[in-house]
Amino acid sequence: MFGRIFHMLLKEFLEVKRDKWERFRLLVPPLIQKVLFGYAATFEVYHVSTAVLDLDHSQESREMVSRFTGNGRFDVEALPSSSQAMRGLIDRSKITVGIRINPQFGELLRKGQTAPLQVIVDGTNSNTALLALDYVGQIAARFSSDYQRDYMNRIFPEYQVMLPSAKMEERPWYNPDLDSQWFFVPGLVGSIALMTIVNVTSFAIVREREIGTLEQIMVTPIRPIEFILGKTVPFFVLGLIEVALVAVAGALWFGVPFRGNPLVMLLGTSLFLISSLAVGLLISTTCRTQQQAFASGFFYLTPAFTLSGFAFPISSMPTVMQWITYLDPLRYYLVVLRGTFLKGTGLAILWPQMVAMAILGVAMFAVSVARFEKSLD
Amino acid sequence: MEPEIAVEGLSKRFGPVSAVDCLSFAVNRGEIFGLVGPDGAGKTTTMRMLAGVMSCDGGRMKVAGHDVAANAEAVKGSISYMPQRFGLYEDLTVDENIRFYADLFGVARTERRERGAMLLKAAGMTEFRDRLAGKLSGGMKQKLGLICALIHRPRVLLLDEPTTGVDPVSRREFWQVLYSLLAQGVTIIISTAYLDEAERCSRLALLHKGRLLLCDTPENLKKRMPGATVVVSSPQARDLRELLAGAEGVSTVILVGAGLHLVVDDADRRVPELKARIQSAGIAFDEITASEPAIEDLFVAYVQGR
Repeated sequence: MFGRIFHMLLKEFLEVKRDKWERFRLLVPPLIQKVLFGYAATFEVYHVSTAVLDLDHSQESREMVSRFTGNGRFDVEALPSSSQAMRGLIDRSKITVGIRINPQFGELLRKGQTAPLQVIVDGTNSNTALLALDYVGQIAARFSSDYQRDYMNRIFPEYQVMLPSAKMEERPWYNPDLDSQWFFVPGLVGSIALMTIVNVTSFAIVREREIGTLEQIMVTPIRPIEFILGKTVPFFVLGLIEVALVAVAGALWFGVPFRGNPLVMLLGTSLFLISSLAVGLLISTTCRTQQQAFASGFFYLTPAFTLSGFAFPISSMPTVMQWITYLDPLRYYLVVLRGTFLKGTGLAILWPQMVAMAILGVAMFAVSVARFEKSLD
Repeated sequence: MEPEIAVEGLSKRFGPVSAVDCLSFAVNRGEIFGLVGPDGAGKTTTMRMLAGVMSCDGGRMKVAGHDVAANAEAVKGSISYMPQRFGLYEDLTVDENIRFYADLFGVARTERRERGAMLLKAAGMTEFRDRLAGKLSGGMKQKLGLICALIHRPRVLLLDEPTTGVDPVSRREFWQVLYSLLAQGVTIIISTAYLDEAERCSRLALLHKGRLLLCDTPENLKKRMPGATVVVSSPQARDLRELLAGAEGVSTVILVGAGLHLVVDDADRRVPELKARIQSAGIAFDEITASEPAIEDLFVAYVQGR
């Protein structure tokens, strides 16, 4: 039995070694994805194109506008002269945020009254809009408290005015600068490993079907489990190499710290790869061509990403969706990756994820093996 | 002596289609048994069932002493199955492919080396042993397939149109290997689209729509042919078919390449008659002669007769 598996392995590695495209497919796209995603995938909002319509032209309104120009979040790109002009800018997507300061803005403030500051935002991208509104709110709040202090000091110059207030002191643990790359880079390791291994495994078996070697192997006395192990063990090894490569590249290139134990990550990766290999194997039992396998891969990969917590928080999903996420091995692997990279957590904390991945992996593999028959029916 | 292959009432359905319908035949040890029939006759399905890679819906198959329907795996060590296109790994060399299949069949290393070298020599491929399989010609690929199929000394060899699209020189070498196997007592079932190959078989089974029409030696099958065959070659074969179909004494007209095969009751009498008739109709023709019936003529005559 081990002789046959060994020769299947040998054959598989020889093929990968000889096939330039296969090597390319295993190495280059994952690294490109890593770099592209690492840079492009971010929730932060900088350089929001902004228009300011100042109808007041008071000292107060100019002070307000200067607070938008000075902080890097907003780029004031237009100074329209009317509401219509500002509307046109938003319609044509020239600007995302429009700030309108009404006449009497300064006068109302000087009288100690509330002066409205109108903010129009292009809500097409709700995430950007929300964050931009949040920043506008912070700027307006700071402007108000500064103005209040000056105002009180002007009215009561003889007193040292004390205004009671609560101040937030930020202490973000694990990611002190709240750098979103630190969040995405470990997650990318899991996503890239999943995508590559599911595709490569299903392609490898379907290709044997296409070139006729699968039929040929079926007429030999090889047992299905020998064939399956011979076919999956090489991709397990390649998967480990791939994860190591993408993780090291991510850590060095993006400067994301790795604080945990590499052996914990190795264990998590191994358990995760079992379920990925099982999905690839399952796809290969139902597909006749590599194109079908590629298309079928999407059926699994898209929901697997969406429900994993890679980008969208699981806690914000509807309850039923949250239940489904428990069936997604990537969900657990991301916890392990982020835990080992950023938090430095070990098995004492990550064992439930490990157990979940082991159960899912073994179950999925068992289903795939049961479906894989040595028959052409 | 018990036959090496015994098939009784073998049936296979694909949905509503009956691919193989109650097929029965027996093949003795050392025989080369031909399956002949048009596409869809059930040749490949029969081969796959005998090789144990497709289940049957009914009937019994005994191959090399194993009941294939009951235990498909047991027979696999004793047989070899070679489809129209043998599955080779194109990124592996000739030697590596042989080695891979030898390992799957559990052939010992020394045995593999000796037998591999012998088979490579017989197929005229010794000098190509380090070449990648993907760089071989179609004929050489099939010969390599045959070598891979023979590396474990099978008792029974199942060949499904193994020489389709193979050049004549490679086909000849291929057959030389087959003859040497027959001399060693290997039993072969072959399906083929080539008549010359069919006529080299010790016995033939004519299949049509999954049923066995006839099963006998090529000589006996030809003797069964009612009447005689007349071959006419002509550039206007279709016009000629119109003219001669239903002529007196002509039972069957078959379009074959650039000519016609006619089945007539008496060749000596009908050839001059037909010649005069074609000439008077003014249709161009090159030659009209009486000839040996080919298996295909027999097949068509038989199918049309039903």
